[in-house]
Amino acid sequence: MREATQDMDSGVGSPWGTAGRREFLRLAAAGMAAVALPAALSGCHVLGAAGRQKLDFGDDFGVLNYAYALESIEAEFYQRVVASPPPDLRPGEIDILSDIRDHEVQHRRFLKRALQVLRVHIPALNFSSIDFSTRQGVLTQAKAFEDLGVAAYNGAGERLKLAEFLTIAGKIVSVEARHAAVIRDMLNPMSRDFAGDDVVDAQGLDRAMSPGEVLEQAQRYFKTPFHINGL
Amino acid sequence: MHQLNDWEPKRLLESLDPEIAGRLAAREAELAEGAQVTSRVRAGLLMASVPVALAALSSDVFAQGGLPGIVVDVLNFALTLEHLEAEFYVTGVGTSGLLPEDVRATFDQIRKHEVAHVAFLQGVLGGRAVARPTFDFTGGEGSGKGPFADVFSNPATFSAVAQAFEDTGVRAYKGQAANLMGEKKILRAALQIHSVEARHAAQVRRLRQQKSWIVRESRGDLPAATQGTYNGEDNRFHFILARPSGAAGMTDAFDETLTRSQVLDIVKPFIAGGR
Repeated sequence: MREATQDMDSGVGSPWGTAGRREFLRLAAAGMAAVALPAALSGCHVLGAAGRQKLDFGDDFGVLNYAYALESIEAEFYQRVVASPPPDLRPGEIDILSDIRDHEVQHRRFLKRALQVLRVHIPALNFSSIDFSTRQGVLTQAKAFEDLGVAAYNGAGERLKLAEFLTIAGKIVSVEARHAAVIRDMLNPMSRDFAGDDVVDAQGLDRAMSPGEVLEQAQRYFKTPFHINGL
Repeated sequence: MHQLNDWEPKRLLESLDPEIAGRLAAREAELAEGAQVTSRVRAGLLMASVPVALAALSSDVFAQGGLPGIVVDVLNFALTLEHLEAEFYVTGVGTSGLLPEDVRATFDQIRKHEVAHVAFLQGVLGGRAVARPTFDFTGGEGSGKGPFADVFSNPATFSAVAQAFEDTGVRAYKGQAANLMGEKKILRAALQIHSVEARHAAQVRRLRQQKSWIVRESRGDLPAATQGTYNGEDNRFHFILARPSGAAGMTDAFDETLTRSQVLDIVKPFIAGGR
């Protein structure tokens, strides 16, 4: 299974079945989607006037859009790695990276479907700064992405207003943390680095970063800079 | 029964990473500059007791004003699990001859975090923190004759139980996140603990030559007694969105929740007298 997994969004049909539509109306009634929807349908939710991508953290869909942007980086990164792996990978490591790719593609796809009704923009990526040619380069970048993803979800959870979305974010972030641990162990086997003191503090807490802090680091991987609202 | 002898502050201090002492020293410098902490933190630092100081610090940050009852319940539930894990690793790492040299760093790092989680939650809960139960890590409800009878003499059993505890812990925290939504700082801290537990789970699984993520709802090579930890991990329905079958890595890409009662059923054999 070395070939890149496709998104397979076509042929799946609408993610919103009858129950979905009913649930969506419930959200709208709760006031949250009512705020998000008009802006999204008028196209303002994702693309600002100056061609800058907008991320509005004023509602849950903005937070999910932010998660989607980050998952897009990870999915695309691992798809490229697995499609053209560095020649010095060690035995078995391609299997781990293929699994992680599958997970990230699933995360991206899931969030895209959740956001579909809002016509979410697919961010264009810029990986020119990444060294895909060596094991060290790929794993070092993977570690940075996974740690950043964990910190991003940990910092974004408190912004979600709907309990169901928080639970889904939790289902994703722990898998990201599993990825981070494995990648870190591949770089420094059998050490303390899987949950190293550089990411887990003296109180035993992993990092949590605000969207602003995260996007400052992630900005370079997007072709178009984000304009952030609602923080 | 294995009794925990490592909870005296002095021994605990020795067992903690020296860097923590360094960070607390830095914190002490902040105190001199008028940072807002109570005298209990100061007392902890003067006693050179890291856990006391850490607990007091977390109490300062989080527990100003009363916490809602549901939050206290969730945190005490978490504290019980952290007690279980902390005592398990403190005992395992402290049992000479149990752990091979190459895995000691892993389990010692996990021990450090679980002990810190206990101190952190105790600090947040203050006087409302539950007491540490008496544990039976053989899984025998206090008989000392459960299915994991050689847990502290056989490293394979020890790491198997560790995997089950960590995978359970991840699901337990995840299941309670929504109950903490009203207390943002506490929710954030719980999420920060949750991802640390996931890092632990991944590494223990890796040491055991398992994939670091849960495949469908498989317990892998663990004994049947642990299946409750993995039931439902093949869930495909999230809120209003179902994921169609067939895609690679589909259910493995999402860890699932456990309810409090499911978790208590899972850990019941490890607590003397049930729960």
